[in-house]
Amino acid sequence: MSQIETFYDVMRRQGITRRSFMKYCSLTAAALGLGPAYVPKIAEAMETKPRTPVIWVHGLECTCCSESFIRSAHPLAKDVVLSMISLDYDDTLMAAAGHQAEAALMDTIEKYKGNYILAVEGNPPLNEDGMYCIVGGKPFVEQLKMAAEHAKAIISWGACASYGCVQAASPNPTRATPVHKVILDKPIIKVPGCPPIAEVMTGVITYMLTFDRLPELDRQGRPLMFYSQRIHDKCYRRPHFDAGQFVEHWDDENARKGYCLYKMGCKGPTTYNACSTVRWNDGVSFPIQSGHGCIGCSEDGFWDQGGFYNRLTTIKQFGIEENADQIGMASAGVVAAGVAVHAAVSALKRAQKKSQDKVED
Amino acid sequence: MSDATIHTPNPQAPQPMEAARLTGDATAEDIESIRKRTSVYVYEAPVRLWHWINAAAILVLIVTGYFIGSPPPTMMIGEAYQQFVFGYIRFAHFAAAQVLTVGFFFRIYWAFVGNHHAKQMFYLPIFNRRWWSEVFFELRWYLFLEKEPKKYVGHNPLAQTAMFFFITLGLNFMLATGWALYAEGAGQGSLPDMAMGWLLALVGNSQRLHTLHHLGMWAIVVFMIIHIYAAIREDIMSRQSIVSTMISGHRTFKDDRVE
Repeated sequence: MSQIETFYDVMRRQGITRRSFMKYCSLTAAALGLGPAYVPKIAEAMETKPRTPVIWVHGLECTCCSESFIRSAHPLAKDVVLSMISLDYDDTLMAAAGHQAEAALMDTIEKYKGNYILAVEGNPPLNEDGMYCIVGGKPFVEQLKMAAEHAKAIISWGACASYGCVQAASPNPTRATPVHKVILDKPIIKVPGCPPIAEVMTGVITYMLTFDRLPELDRQGRPLMFYSQRIHDKCYRRPHFDAGQFVEHWDDENARKGYCLYKMGCKGPTTYNACSTVRWNDGVSFPIQSGHGCIGCSEDGFWDQGGFYNRLTTIKQFGIEENADQIGMASAGVVAAGVAVHAAVSALKRAQKKSQDKVED
Repeated sequence: MSDATIHTPNPQAPQPMEAARLTGDATAEDIESIRKRTSVYVYEAPVRLWHWINAAAILVLIVTGYFIGSPPPTMMIGEAYQQFVFGYIRFAHFAAAQVLTVGFFFRIYWAFVGNHHAKQMFYLPIFNRRWWSEVFFELRWYLFLEKEPKKYVGHNPLAQTAMFFFITLGLNFMLATGWALYAEGAGQGSLPDMAMGWLLALVGNSQRLHTLHHLGMWAIVVFMIIHIYAAIREDIMSRQSIVSTMISGHRTFKDDRVE
């Protein structure tokens, strides 16, 4: 790959006529809410911009992000990989293996210093000098640092790269650490989820390629367009929540009627993601629609918040597993009992003092 | 303890309450008692009003807040569009929270423009050695190690400490976490989000923030139990009025001894 093709080159190669290409440009402009004056600008960008090289590295992870990614329907992952980006290194998707693969990685880093996007799936474990995750004979943390050094931007795919996920669950024996705590000097986009929604993944990449800039991020570094609202805010079962109609047991009438899963521990009210709008598998369904509560997989620490089926978080700091209500009621009870005893002693003392005063009089 | 009185004697004064005495309403002992008892105007009307509005708001917040964490059983009044049970519970919570917020800001304002006692809740004189020894004195009184408490015009040092931690810091914590949670529903870029949204980012997970807010509620419940008990107990056993002071504003003393 001596010369990176432009979008236009790829489209022409795939048999798209110039006329169709111009139509595509006007449609894109319309879809983005831009005026007709932008059509030639988009066309020019497509004709002149080289496709952005992407390096996709894998640390401690389960590859569910990749699995999700290749199921994207809008745009198709095929279009993203083959025509929009130049995925130069991805050890699970690429044909090359072993030394060839490593060579491709070094090659891309050398050639496009400061111009490629680094996508990270999984995270580096830092304990024992990173020996819990070895890629190409070296700890993953070293590959990550090397690849990050000359990257234009980093995408943290999934809960692993964004927050740590289950391998970082307490007591985190391998010290699995999210990317933003290892790479401190690069812009990082977090695309959390376990896995993230396919369309969200390809959507983020498409945005970055089309506009040549990072999407607008929230305070935690997640793209606002997909993570600005909770699942709860757009949940189709929300009317039942407001009405106070809940599933009380998994097999009850309310479950069959599709009532709110709040009492069954649904984390929709505390989870920022696009599941209730974009949905999964080409918009077929999402967890709540299939009758199971959200487990909050795109939230920091979702793996350490106690049961997925409890509304109140389990708190382990006291040695025993309790929730806020149990701890609160216990303390209130102890205090109330203390108050009762104190009141009784006070009354006795007062009675004693009165009889003493009488004697003194 | 000497027998000296803090009251300046006024022998020239005529016999008080002549009418009541002659109709048999006031006895000689009553008159003697009146000579000893005095009162100070401590809590101005806005402080008292704030106290009771605050108490009512907190009561509503605790009940509705508990239900938000553990909703009441499902009610089948009608179709989902015909009933709004959980919505009203949450509405009551948010409405009471707004009252609490406005009240708290007003209370801070009143600390500046009100009397000396309106400021007591907002600071602890921790660099004052004597204050510390008075805290321990009051603690000993509660542990039945002192025969008699001292007289105080505003809060005693122990009460001042409790007020500072549970109300000044505690309410601030509940307001901050509560508004951060409200910001989630209000949406990014809304006023609550601009004011408190950063807290959610700091805590990381909204579920964690919920738990902190929930534990805060129980801290307030614990405070309520202690506060009400102490107020009633002191009203009976201390040397000054307590409960009625938050109604009339006047602190009445039961004796005229110096300390």
